[in-house]
Amino acid sequence: MNPAFSVIFFTATAGTGYGLLILLALSRPFGLLPDISPDQITGTGLLGLVLVTAGLVSSTFHLANPRNAWRSFTRFRTSWLSREAVFAVLFYPLALAWLLAEFLTGATLTSMVLGVLVALLALTVLVCTAMIYASLKTIRQWHHPLVPINFVLLSLLTGTLLLLVMGGVFGLPLGRLAVVAALVIVLAAIVKSVYFVQLGQPAGPTINTAIGFTKASVRLLDVGHSGDTFHTREFGFQVDRARIMWLRVAVIALAFAFPLLVVIGALDGGTWWLWLAVAAASGYAGVFVERWLFFAEARHVVNLYHGAQAT
Amino acid sequence: MKLGLVIDLDTCVGCHACAVACKQWNTSGTTGPLTDTDPYGAEPGGVWFNRIRHYEVDAFPVSKTVNVPMSCMHCEEAACVTVCPTGASWKREDGIVLVDQNKCMGCNLCAWACPYGARELDPDAGVMKKCTLCVDRINDQRLPEAQRQPACVLTCPTRARMFGDFDDPESDVSVAVRERGGYEMMPELGYKAVNRYLPPRPKPVVEISEQTRGENDVDGGSLIGKWMRRQKAAFDAYGRAPEGGAHGVATPETER
Repeated sequence: MNPAFSVIFFTATAGTGYGLLILLALSRPFGLLPDISPDQITGTGLLGLVLVTAGLVSSTFHLANPRNAWRSFTRFRTSWLSREAVFAVLFYPLALAWLLAEFLTGATLTSMVLGVLVALLALTVLVCTAMIYASLKTIRQWHHPLVPINFVLLSLLTGTLLLLVMGGVFGLPLGRLAVVAALVIVLAAIVKSVYFVQLGQPAGPTINTAIGFTKASVRLLDVGHSGDTFHTREFGFQVDRARIMWLRVAVIALAFAFPLLVVIGALDGGTWWLWLAVAAASGYAGVFVERWLFFAEARHVVNLYHGAQAT
Repeated sequence: MKLGLVIDLDTCVGCHACAVACKQWNTSGTTGPLTDTDPYGAEPGGVWFNRIRHYEVDAFPVSKTVNVPMSCMHCEEAACVTVCPTGASWKREDGIVLVDQNKCMGCNLCAWACPYGARELDPDAGVMKKCTLCVDRINDQRLPEAQRQPACVLTCPTRARMFGDFDDPESDVSVAVRERGGYEMMPELGYKAVNRYLPPRPKPVVEISEQTRGENDVDGGSLIGKWMRRQKAAFDAYGRAPEGGAHGVATPETER
């Protein structure tokens, strides 16, 4: 699949925003960031909303006819994209209500309940986004149960790293949040590694089932068009194996290994916040590369009709 | 009603007349125009509802060329309809899958969900376009009844295309599928494509006698053998770009 920058930026940035808001909303009931003040929660929450908004705006750039984007709220019952749009819009009033309650009343039952609801709704949006990809049977690299889990974990990863930076800037004790961050990083690394290994297993339709000749070899003689088509541009994108391997190593180093080292250093709470900022930037860059690979490695079955032997 | 096409891979000669007739009719039809990009330039492209590809099945010398026209299969389990967030993509009572040009926001998700490459985005209009099964012909009461057929079916010079109702067990298409073993492409994905393809009829095997084999041995040193080997090498290399295949599309060689 052709890696569209607007969609990669959307999932990485809005994912960071939702991850940040989930952890921030849960920090009160679970005491992840002791002594955090209502002002600090409100400020960090608004930062999360800015990231979410930047991502959502970017996502509309890949629409060829954005005038009709408002219609995407109408097919909630069948379409994951419609569900994502509805929940993403419902998220704003709830998140603002929570931040207002937090700002005005501090750590009350109302603000905490609202916070938990915000976290659940953010999680729902993330799952809907991931299901847009995971529901497509035409792309076996996306039609995989680990895809939604991976989307949620990587959003939590970049979100937690950003919350650690904010905690560091505010001078709060970071020990508990660092434990959560370390757990999320390790879990995300395991899920991503299993996913990478499973992609290597041959599966799915072949050129034989695609055109229905399953008892003999089939090869393309002529694709029938002389220039690029919508399908070659959208689905024909290819990267060579060596480059994929290097980029996978980059994902593991940037998103998992380096942030984990910094977070382990922060377990006793004594890390300079600039280090955490570098780790957060590294994590975001790693997820950005991961999202690029997520598209680049996806092989749509239409390629079989264009001569690929398998996907 | 379950309207769709039957395509006979035995008689299709791969002339692309159906694709041209489709383009001609539909560019001024309900979902037209079928925009062309750079039509007189170096890299002409554009929207087509019907594309024909050519394959070689099995290996030389028992190989067979199969021409495969493909358009929308009007699937029973049309994922392009369920994934559509705007409701632009819809399925009629008679089974025809259509795109409402006034509702589409051009997100491409239906094209991602389609395994058969039936949907193409019109970059000019910013909306998705696809085969309508010539809905503006087949229901047009002003046309003589014999002409209430999709343009591709009417134009096919070898009568390799048939249009009809698969729900009627006695319709031409149902009978042809029953008698010739018509099959569905990529059935394992579960889209329940309606269009059916009739496999090539079995042909008598041409006997090659041992004596002839000795004299005109393809692998031998005879003059005709050398010539044939050169032809085969040229044939194998035909259409193969040096790297990545033509237009960035995988060729069987790059897959291995």
